[in-house]
Formats: sequence, structure tokens, C-alpha cells
Amino acid sequence: MRLFWHQLRSEQLVFWRSREAAVFVFLFPLLLFALLTAVYNGRIYDRPASWALLAGMLGYGAANTAFAGLALLLISRRELGILKRIRATPLPTSTYIAAVLVSIMIVFALQATSLFVLGRLLKSTPWPSHLLSLVLALALGAAAFAGLGIAITSFIRSLEGSSAALNLVVLPMAFLSGSFGERQRYPAALRAIGDVLPLKYLLDAVNAIYLHGRELWDKPTAVAVLAGWGAFGILVAARKFRWEPREG
Amino acid sequence: MTAILVSELRKSYGEHEALRGISFAINEGEVFSLLGPNGAGKTTTVEILEGYRARDGGDIEVLGFDPARAETAFRERIGVVLQHSQLWPNLTVAETHRMFAGYYAEPRDIDEVIQLVGLQAKRDDRVKTLSGGQKRRLDLGVALVGDPDLVFLDEPTTGFDPRARRAAWDMIRSLRSLGKTILLTTHYLDEAEQLADRVAVLREGRIIGQGTPAELTGGTQETEVRYRRDGNEVVIRTKEPTQLLHELTEQAIAEGRELEGLTVRRPTLEDVYLLLTEDAQA
Repeated sequence: MRLFWHQLRSEQLVFWRSREAAVFVFLFPLLLFALLTAVYNGRIYDRPASWALLAGMLGYGAANTAFAGLALLLISRRELGILKRIRATPLPTSTYIAAVLVSIMIVFALQATSLFVLGRLLKSTPWPSHLLSLVLALALGAAAFAGLGIAITSFIRSLEGSSAALNLVVLPMAFLSGSFGERQRYPAALRAIGDVLPLKYLLDAVNAIYLHGRELWDKPTAVAVLAGWGAFGILVAARKFRWEPREG
Repeated sequence: MTAILVSELRKSYGEHEALRGISFAINEGEVFSLLGPNGAGKTTTVEILEGYRARDGGDIEVLGFDPARAETAFRERIGVVLQHSQLWPNLTVAETHRMFAGYYAEPRDIDEVIQLVGLQAKRDDRVKTLSGGQKRRLDLGVALVGDPDLVFLDEPTTGFDPRARRAAWDMIRSLRSLGKTILLTTHYLDEAEQLADRVAVLREGRIIGQGTPAELTGGTQETEVRYRRDGNEVVIRTKEPTQLLHELTEQAIAEGRELEGLTVRRPTLEDVYLLLTEDAQA
């Protein structure tokens, strides 16, 4: 346990010390929220647009932070040889991975809180009424994305271009899942793609809880699909994870 | 006491046989150098001993452990400097040491270690502001912070300028004086000659020569005497340099002549190395 706290503190130090990561991962969803709510008015999902966009950015933020942000962090450490170096120390692998995961969840929790504060300041969005359900939904979503984030590092060869490649996954996914507006108006083909993506189910749950006053357990399908994606990610990660850059 | 025992170690990458049955033993408190050209199998050997790679055959024992089992008790006692590895660019030297110190049950005082590797002036500077040589010293500091009994140094001075190399050599000597066992890989012959108690020369996955630098360079090797006469370089190799020099100088004095550019050179490890690797090629 001492080792876990030591590593968690170290992870937080490393994360916030890197301005690039902090801006790209932490600030980007906040910035998008400010921009989107400045141009979208009217109603989405039968609620003021700013409410729905806040929910949308919570989902996008989960994917951007726990999936893309975590993947980038691990890939850059693998490239630098830091992962390999850490393996030669007495720090157990499980403790290391646990600290990395909890650390990125803390970053996301701060980001989600900041989104609510920003929404309140800019657009008077309400505080969440079903806090427990919302926290559980976001934690489940972030955990699933973190599992997938670890898994995808096995398929990205090098740091070069990996940021672009990850955005090529996250941005279309956010769009198809309805982070930026109502999916109902999309063509059927695009909706069908969105229907298999984890972010769609996270947004289903967050929208239901935040916009329509439901509880997480009213959305068993969303819970099951998210858990399934997370389990799939962890399975792939356990089989394919690489500690060292590929040779040559 | 034996720190590392390697017997008939084998490792293949697909069709390529990287190690074809090598054996050596390293005593506690000894600096042992694996010397060889790139691709000889040095890093493969070290990485198996560090626990990074599985072996295909043979027996190894490192501080009484089998590194393949990756026990915490084993990792507490080794320090590792990898050939290519960097650390977090945005942490300071002290923060980096403190992070690694936290992984060990009984770490050394980080300021002591920072002083040992000569980075006191850079203590609170970010890693990205360090020069290449300073970064390698940071690697070494981080490897020492757990107070290891055994230190692996994989080509620790590759890419150093001559001054930085001398400084690194002094540091390695000071480690030795602390009683650490050191396994050093290098492709610099002078480095092995300067630092190592014993050397194993590795080529294409085999050990082709092993012993103290004196053993490797002594014995059958001939001393080389060079001078210039009438503008021509004269090179004589002899097993009896005293006799030869006496004759040469006597003659020169008798003729009132200077032996221009006279040098007497004992064979270096480089000569032995070239001789050994030539044999291996034949």
C-alpha cells in the first residue's frame, strides 16, 4: 500500500508537470464546451443545448482522458524506455498499473468537476441531481476507456503520429456517439456505427441521469455494454501489452 | 563468493542464435566486462541476467536468484543502467531520485547519491535541461539509489566525449571501492582495460577469450618497438624487448645517431581483441 501511494503521488506529479499533456488532455474538453455552447442555442434532447453539451463533453472527456490520454502517456513512456526501467525496480507491475489507472481517473474526476463549474458560470447549467448514479456511470465509463487505452498501445508502433491516430479514433467516435449533438438526425448508417461504440452507451447513461433524472440502474444495457468493452480491453491488454519499443 | 554464475547460456531470436552456450563466473566485488562488437550478444546476455528476457537453455544464478522469476528480493539488490533509456523530462534530478528511492525497502539518502554522481549543481533542475553526459549520470544515480549489491552497466559511456568518459570511469572506480559487483558491457577496449578486473570477449554469441586484461595481453604476445631511420618507419616485434632495446641503443650511440620517434608498446587489449576476432573469422 505504501508503494501504491508513493506511485500515485509520483504519477500526479509527472502528469501535471507536463504542460502538453495537461493542456491536451485536461483543458481540451473544457475548451470545446465553451466553444460549442457559444454557438449552439436552442434545445437538444428536449433540454437546453448547454445541458446536453455538458453531458456530451463529460463523455468526450472520459474518452479523451482515459483512452487517448492514458494511451499517449504509456506509449511515450514505452518509447523513452521508462516502462522498461521501472520493471527493473522492486515496484510490482500490478501496483504500477493500478497507480497509473487511479491517477488518470483523478485527472478525469477533476475535469468533470471543472466542466460542471464552467457550465454553471457560463450557462447556468444545473448541478447533477443524482450524484451517486452520475459518479458511478462516469467511473465505469472512464474505467472501460482506460482498459481500451492500455489495449490500444499494443497496436501503435511509435509515439510519432500516435496523437493524430488516437484523435482519429476519439473524435469520430465522439461525433457518432452524440457528444456534439442529437444522434437522431444522423443518417441510419452512421447511427448504426455509433450503436456499437462504448461512448454511445456512456452518453446514454449520462444523458438519462443528468438530463432526465434517471438512475444508472435504469440503464442496464449501457452498464453491460460498457463493462463488456472494458473487459475486452483488459483481456487484450493482458495478452498483448509491450513494455519495450519494437526493435528496428 | 560468486555474484553471477552463467553456464552454457543459450538464446535464439527465431533462426538467429544470439548466444551459443556461454559460461562465465563473476566474483563479488569484481568489475567484470563483456567486450565485443555490436551484435555479439552483450546486451542479450545482460538482459537475461537482469530478468528482462527468458533464456532458451543453460543455467544462471544471480546473487543466488534465478532472474527469470523476477522476485522482489532480487530486484531490491540490483541496479540497472540500460543502453537506451530516458527519464521523465519534466521532473527535477532530485524528484527523479526520490521517485526511484521510494521503490526500495532501504534506499540510500538521495542527496548522497546525487553527490556521488556529481549532479549537486543540477539537483533542482529539470531532466530535459541536462547534457547527454549528465543524463547518463542521472541514470547511474537512479540505479544506485536502492543501494544495490550488483550493478549492470550496459555501454555506459557510448557517445561520451573524452572528458565525460574519464569522469564516468572515475565514478565506476568509486563504485568498485564501495564493494559493488559490476557487470560492464562495452565495445571500447580501453574502457575494459582501464576498469575491468576480468574481461570476457564475446563474438557472434560465443566467448572467444576470457581472463584478466594482463592475462589476455601478456604471455604469448610480443612487444612492439618502433623508430624512424632515414625517414622510414621501422617496426620490430619481439618477445625479448630488453635485449633488443639494448642492442638498438648501443648501436645508435656508437654511431652517434638518435633513434627518432622511439616507442616501446606493450600489446593492448585491442591487439588481443583483433587477434582473437581474426581467429574467429578464419
